[in-house]
Amino acid sequence: MTTRDVPLGTVQIGICSGHVNYPLYIRSVPTQGELKFHYTVHTSLDVVEEKISGVGKALGDQRELYLGLLYPTEDYKVYGYVTNSKVKFVIVVDSSNTSLRDNEIRSMFRKLHNSFTDVMCNPFYNPGDPIQSKAFDSIVSAMMVQAC
Amino acid sequence: MSPAQWDLPPELCCRPMAFVALTGLDVVYNAIHRAIWDAFCANRRADRVPISFKVLPGDHEYPKCRTKRTSYEWYIPKGILKTGWMNKHLNLVPALVVLFYELDWDDPQWKEKQSECATKVEIVRTSLQGRNTKVAVVLIQKKTPLPPGEDLVASERASALCGACDLSGKSLFVLPHTDHLVGYIIRLENAFYEHAQTYYYNEIRRVKSHKEFLNKTTHQLLFVRHQFKMGFFSELKQDTQNALKYYRTAYSLIHELRAHETNMLEIKTMAGFINYKICRLCFQHNTPLDAIAQFRKHIDLCKKKIGSAELAFEHTAWMSKQFQSFGDLFDEAIKLGLTAIQTQNPGFYYQQAAYYAQERKQQAGQLCGQEPGMGYPAPDPLETPSGALDFYGQRPWRQGHQSIDPPDSEKEKQGILALQVKERDVLHSELIIALLSNAVAQFKKYKCPRMKSHLMVQMGEEYYHAKDYTKALKLLDYVMCDYRTERWWSLLTSILCTALKCSYLMGQVKDYITYSMELVGRASVLPEEQKSRIEKNLIKVLMNEVPEPEPDCDPVSVKAAQMLWSDRISLAGSNEITIEVQDYVPFVQCKAKFLSPSFHIDEPVQLHVYVRADCPHPVRFSKLCVSLSNQEYNQYCLLEDASKGKDILEPSSQENMCLVPGKTRKYCFKFVAKTEDVGKKIEITSVGFMLGRETGRHVYLNWRGGWGDAASSHETLQASRSFKRRTRFPEQHVDWDTVSIQSSTMIIARVPKISVQLTHEPPTLTKEMYCMTVTIQSEEDTVAKDIKLTAGLKPGQDANLTQSTQITLSGSEVCDDSHPALLPDIPLGDLQPGQKIVKPLYIRCVSTGSRILLFHVAYSVSATVEGKDITCKCHKDETVTVETVVPFEVAMKFVSSKFEHLERVYVDIPFLLMMDILSASPWPIELVNSEVQLASSMTAIDQPQSQVEGVTLQTSECASECFLLKCPPVQNGTSTVASGQYIISWKRKSTFSETSVVRTIIILPHVMVENIPLYVHAELPSFGRVRESLSVRYHLENRTGLVQDVEISVEPSDAFMFSGLKQVRMRILPGAEQEMLYNFYPLMAGYQVLPQLNINLMRFPNISSQLLRRFLPSRIFVKPQGRNGDTSIEAA
Repeated sequence: MTTRDVPLGTVQIGICSGHVNYPLYIRSVPTQGELKFHYTVHTSLDVVEEKISGVGKALGDQRELYLGLLYPTEDYKVYGYVTNSKVKFVIVVDSSNTSLRDNEIRSMFRKLHNSFTDVMCNPFYNPGDPIQSKAFDSIVSAMMVQAC
Repeated sequence: MSPAQWDLPPELCCRPMAFVALTGLDVVYNAIHRAIWDAFCANRRADRVPISFKVLPGDHEYPKCRTKRTSYEWYIPKGILKTGWMNKHLNLVPALVVLFYELDWDDPQWKEKQSECATKVEIVRTSLQGRNTKVAVVLIQKKTPLPPGEDLVASERASALCGACDLSGKSLFVLPHTDHLVGYIIRLENAFYEHAQTYYYNEIRRVKSHKEFLNKTTHQLLFVRHQFKMGFFSELKQDTQNALKYYRTAYSLIHELRAHETNMLEIKTMAGFINYKICRLCFQHNTPLDAIAQFRKHIDLCKKKIGSAELAFEHTAWMSKQFQSFGDLFDEAIKLGLTAIQTQNPGFYYQQAAYYAQERKQQAGQLCGQEPGMGYPAPDPLETPSGALDFYGQRPWRQGHQSIDPPDSEKEKQGILALQVKERDVLHSELIIALLSNAVAQFKKYKCPRMKSHLMVQMGEEYYHAKDYTKALKLLDYVMCDYRTERWWSLLTSILCTALKCSYLMGQVKDYITYSMELVGRASVLPEEQKSRIEKNLIKVLMNEVPEPEPDCDPVSVKAAQMLWSDRISLAGSNEITIEVQDYVPFVQCKAKFLSPSFHIDEPVQLHVYVRADCPHPVRFSKLCVSLSNQEYNQYCLLEDASKGKDILEPSSQENMCLVPGKTRKYCFKFVAKTEDVGKKIEITSVGFMLGRETGRHVYLNWRGGWGDAASSHETLQASRSFKRRTRFPEQHVDWDTVSIQSSTMIIARVPKISVQLTHEPPTLTKEMYCMTVTIQSEEDTVAKDIKLTAGLKPGQDANLTQSTQITLSGSEVCDDSHPALLPDIPLGDLQPGQKIVKPLYIRCVSTGSRILLFHVAYSVSATVEGKDITCKCHKDETVTVETVVPFEVAMKFVSSKFEHLERVYVDIPFLLMMDILSASPWPIELVNSEVQLASSMTAIDQPQSQVEGVTLQTSECASECFLLKCPPVQNGTSTVASGQYIISWKRKSTFSETSVVRTIIILPHVMVENIPLYVHAELPSFGRVRESLSVRYHLENRTGLVQDVEISVEPSDAFMFSGLKQVRMRILPGAEQEMLYNFYPLMAGYQVLPQLNINLMRFPNISSQLLRRFLPSRIFVKPQGRNGDTSIEAA
């Protein structure tokens, strides 16, 4: 499972494992201050977890994967997305980045999810291992370049 | 400037209330006045009107009112808001002054008092000159007033007093000093409140009226000031809706001000004040979203207004304060009932405040630290004549200056320098930590554990910067395990690095070693050269040397730390440090396993310990020991460095006790289990691994259960899922992931080398002595000693089976209930190799059904394992399921001499007892004898001889015999009597073994016996021949004590002609017998029905002739008439 986090401008993508919430993939642009983004992704899991547990009770399986804006901070916007197998995607974007609206973020997540699904379909990938896929990397890179 | 410089003034943060001054009250010496004052101010509940009261002397000087400006034309304002203004209207200028005066309507000295009162009113008026403050008079009276209108004197004198004091009637009150004081006071203060509201209303209008005189170029500051004042007066008036409106206008006006470096601080300060007011009112109006929106707008607008770059820390300090005060407001609103949520709670604002505080600290470090020798400028540019500022947010060295450029650049420099020097002394870390801890408390409340951990890390780091290493370490240590559990290695590494620095600077050996071990290991994301550095330091510490300082540490602290470490060296005795591995991810991994889940006692228990290091350099260890649940074996599972005392940490890759990074080492242990541990489990309780010298400082890593640290369980899971083909490693190398865990083993008995065979012929027959032969043959190489056989019914079956099964060793006697179902421990002596014992056993099963029989052979044998002699106990079990069936079934019946079935038998009339013995046994049965033992109620007519003696019955064959019996007379005509019993002696016909005779007793059924009054029997030849006369004699016996009349008739028959009495009536005497003779002349051949004899007993009409006829033959065989000389027919 995966937490994914994309700060844009500074963009970060993190993917975290489902029940344990450890990172499967984290990438940020630019790379300085990376640690801080790791913390941002990690702390955003609080909100993701809360949202999942809330939704689970109310709507059962019929839930929206996209969780929307998790919480606003002074400098970043943090968006979340959870697959049915509870893999979490987090995108962190610069607050000043106005080009990315909800729709753009949503489609970014969808792209990420598709790409992640491809990774999972790889018979040589052991679910739960950190993602080391060139195809996935390049899709994420492209997305980040576009977003910045 | 004090650190409180950025705090909001208290007069801004309080809730403004109308200010009413009370005069003429002597609260110190006058008890009545004291009571009145207490009623006003003590225990004011929320439902009382919001007024702040103050007792002032009658001649109190109120602040002078400046002369009203008639024109603003030449007026240039010097600032936005005077620092004293809010306080003035809250606490100094009353909305209403109330004069208390003791005067009753019927006071004898009315005139004098009236004028004294008027004088006092005048004094008050004078000191309020120029203000619109109202004056009211309260007469304290001793008498309860009459209802209005009734007391004519009162109303007359009231209007007179009003006239004298120049008061309107509405401003004169009467306070009767009676029991209902509080009630009167409440009515009074409501009236005061109305007056105060009118006053503030007028003040608002007055301020508003200035607007028309203002122009937009020079009076911009005044627009803001007036809006703020109107807002503040509205608040005093408790008109919060309008107050909010005025403040909002003020807020938008303030951002229209021309901002430049010199007035930036003033603008921000005032913007902050107004923002605070707006947010506060929004929360008060229960529109928290408006408050948040306003605050966001405020921050967005002000974020970039940094002002002077040399004083950038001022901006961040101000920003931090903005967030902090908003957090406070938010928190306060929550305490009053507002609900916050996880993503919108005060914690975020405190966190942001902390962030700005950190920024401030950083800027302060950059801007204020360059010239440490730089002294504070003299004269103090921050000194003002009054000791305070005139306007909020202005510079003390150029108050009131509103133009773009500073008036005196030298002064400006000095001022900035003074501020920088002051900033240097601020304890930033304290501020940051306080804010962070506020945030932590909030996030804890709103279920954000990770956010909380993150903030605690920041707190820890801040404590580190503040050189409070103990607290830093405590916090970091607390959160570390959360990150470890969640496997965020990057974050854990960073925390560990800080923790390592702390422990280094404090000279904490244990912590230093623990953190180093983790930082060197696989959970750390540090680059290789860092790991290498840390490992070298770790080795130094283990060798009791001073480690190299951690990078980026404060040089002064490093010096102190080096001293500490040197002290540690001199203290070095044997200090042992134990690390429980399951809480960490150290650089050494261990897996211990038994080679098999069970070991026989006669083979050595084998145990492998796999050890692997993830550090960059090879490492040597001094001891590896395994603790087992039975500690006696521990001594066999110990690996110690033989070369004690050498510098064992010197890596040398050839040696056994050196771990090469990334290579798995295997250590094998074996030991011989103790015989008393047979059937017990041996568990690995822990594996210990020692680094360092046993004589000196050493670390003892302890794996509970023999494997696993904080990260292993997940790794094991991933490895088990992994598709990766395990590459074949050369013999010595082991793939770590493939090593499975077997942390316990069973010690089981030695495999017996004997054969146990059973010979028998199932099924068993009920009650027979069933012979089973047990053959025990030794296949041991040595003597099998103390062979013991336990045989019989396997325990744990149906309890009834225990009752109905008996076993014995001797087949000669038949078992009874005293024999047990299981014969335990039959001693059979010793067996030489290859020898065998044959032991017959006899089992008697009383009931049918299947049984499981157990044959358990136990013995002991001595064996040598690993050069050690042990006596092994072995045992072998054989079980067999045996069915028990009945050998035969016996059917009995009573029949008449004509073989007719009898429901009942008649006294003295002979009958037959018939037995059918049907074999049900699969094996042939020999009937040895049979015997009828009759009860007293029956007698045999002749000597009963067994007719089946010696007969052998095969399966489902049947043997029959019969006995002729009769019953002696019975008492009551009819009764049921016992018949006795039938005993069959039999045995199984077996070639396999000698079998004994079994007596089976069968109880004969009861039978009904009846007396009969007349007995009839006939005497006739066994056959007749056609046309040859045959004579038949009928005997009639009277069996009663009475004379009987009997009517006899013979019915004609087609088959016979006969002669004799056809119909006769006669009398038979008691006990006498009458004989009747008939000659029958058969006419036809074959079985022919005899002419029927009807007997009619006059005395016993219920005895039918039918019944009597049963004693008589009914037919006879008639042979055809033979021709002379034809013998063939004769023969047939």
